Amino acid sequence: MSSRKILVGVKRVVDYAVKVRVKKDGSGVDLNNVKMSMNPFCEIAVEEALRLREAKHAGEVIAVTIGPKKAAETVRVALGMGADRGLHIAVPNGDAELQPLAVASILKTIVEKEKPDVVILGKQSIDGDNNQTGQMLAGMLGWPQGTFASQVEVDPAENSLNVTREVDGGLETVALGLPAVVTCDLRLNEPRFATLPNMMKAKKKKIETTDVSSLDIDVAPRIEILHVSEPPKRAQGVFVNDVDELVDKLHREANVL
Amino acid sequence: ASAAALVVADGATVAVRSAVRAAQACASSSAVDVLLLGRSSSADANAAAAWEGVSSVIVGGADQPLTAEYAAPIVQAQLGSGAYRHVVAASTTFGKNVLPRVAGVLGVSTVSDVIEVKEDGGGEVFVRPIYAGNALATVRSKESTILLTVRPTAFEPVAERSEGLAEVSSLAAPEEAGGGQSRWVGEDRTESSRPDLTAAGVVVAGGRGLKSGDNFKLLEEIADELGGAVGATRAAVDLGWVANDMQVGQTGKVVAPELYIGVGISGAIQHLAGMKDSKVIVAINKDEEAPIFQVADYGLVADLFDAVPQLQEKLKALPKKQ
Repeated sequence: MSSRKILVGVKRVVDYAVKVRVKKDGSGVDLNNVKMSMNPFCEIAVEEALRLREAKHAGEVIAVTIGPKKAAETVRVALGMGADRGLHIAVPNGDAELQPLAVASILKTIVEKEKPDVVILGKQSIDGDNNQTGQMLAGMLGWPQGTFASQVEVDPAENSLNVTREVDGGLETVALGLPAVVTCDLRLNEPRFATLPNMMKAKKKKIETTDVSSLDIDVAPRIEILHVSEPPKRAQGVFVNDVDELVDKLHREANVL
Repeated sequence: ASAAALVVADGATVAVRSAVRAAQACASSSAVDVLLLGRSSSADANAAAAWEGVSSVIVGGADQPLTAEYAAPIVQAQLGSGAYRHVVAASTTFGKNVLPRVAGVLGVSTVSDVIEVKEDGGGEVFVRPIYAGNALATVRSKESTILLTVRPTAFEPVAERSEGLAEVSSLAAPEEAGGGQSRWVGEDRTESSRPDLTAAGVVVAGGRGLKSGDNFKLLEEIADELGGAVGATRAAVDLGWVANDMQVGQTGKVVAPELYIGVGISGAIQHLAGMKDSKVIVAINKDEEAPIFQVADYGLVADLFDAVPQLQEKLKALPKKQ
């Protein structure tokens, strides 16, 4: 059994099946009474960490979330999936969402305290769609990074990870010396469900809560959100009766053929 | 004060030409330099030197695929001169991998996936999609060095200049690549004679309705007739029917061609996020309730296995567009 430690980040976001609405005052999107879930890419990250532990490449999986009170539920789900213990960096409710730079800075202090060998994150969260946090954290720590991972293999002899990455035009493999940061793409694995019995058992697992203010990190947004608007609506389209009419319209009306 | 922009690139691609356009749009940027990394060759450098608005081209690093650990210090060193107000990369997998790492090293924020640069009195503001494109955020960066990745489909690629060339220079390769932390092992590239998905003028995409990977041949024939590329939904990729890099959507590729033809695609939010800025959208689906029809300019409710071969015949007979 390896004693490697894996730190996994999990984020509570609006559920992937929800189509959000922009608030009338342009201040953001309306998240009242909207279903929230673990970010799908974070589920993949948890699953990958668990598989590495089950393959005896790691001894402990720690799940961390950064967010308001209810974000603790997301850590609980990670524990229900099988993570060993949880960390919740509590951010006051109602505060503007933390931006990737702040999240990466907070994760850096957690890494310095917990000293994991691998940090696994989703490649992006489906709310902000930023795709930055893992790369920023790796840059701050001076660790190697394997982003958009579709396969992760441990090379015990080299104490390194071979990460296959989904890049434009195909796949690429990099070897990363440990410690390292990995960010997950969609096809890395299929995450397990946190079953009810496992969720019950997970209630006994420990979640350590730390107030963000005690970390002495500047989390003020450096990117000011001026307003949020609806995307422009497309003009109403038409149904055509057959292929002849379609081609005719594309040729004469839309002028794209 | 000097206020140039640096475009970080992995070659003289159409996406990078779009990034140069975005860099020019950053109001205070007087000059645009292009830093070519990765596999960029002298041919790429000469090509970039001929782009409109490019002041100088800097070739950094070796002629090999670069890891982010290797690329970031090169970018950082180039920024050390303090001459750059904006650092711009196309939001390709290269740009998304490298730029936020540079941001982490510098301790600054990054604005991802910018689709518009606007002037707003007190400097420029950026528009970017959030929540799978269901909302657009207009933001201002408070950083003194502003890092951006920009969505290539949202910016017209710069043209070639009519005369003269930008100056080309080379940087010495760093002594040790990324402190020996990471090593490029290999790659498995999808070979295709068709244009790149994100740069193609026509995209023909298929979903679960295609029923098998083999049936994507039907779409390839249409794409070839129109000089286009073939894309797919996440479902079709997850089923193993087509290669991963063909996925169009929120977390895959974003396309905005002149003509997008969606075949056997229902239109999940995540897929629409990747194609709804196409100029003309055609949807062919046998289910008239399919959500893709809500964004389509032309909808055809039909069995694709009848309609697509007919479409190919009709396209063949059509005089080619000049």
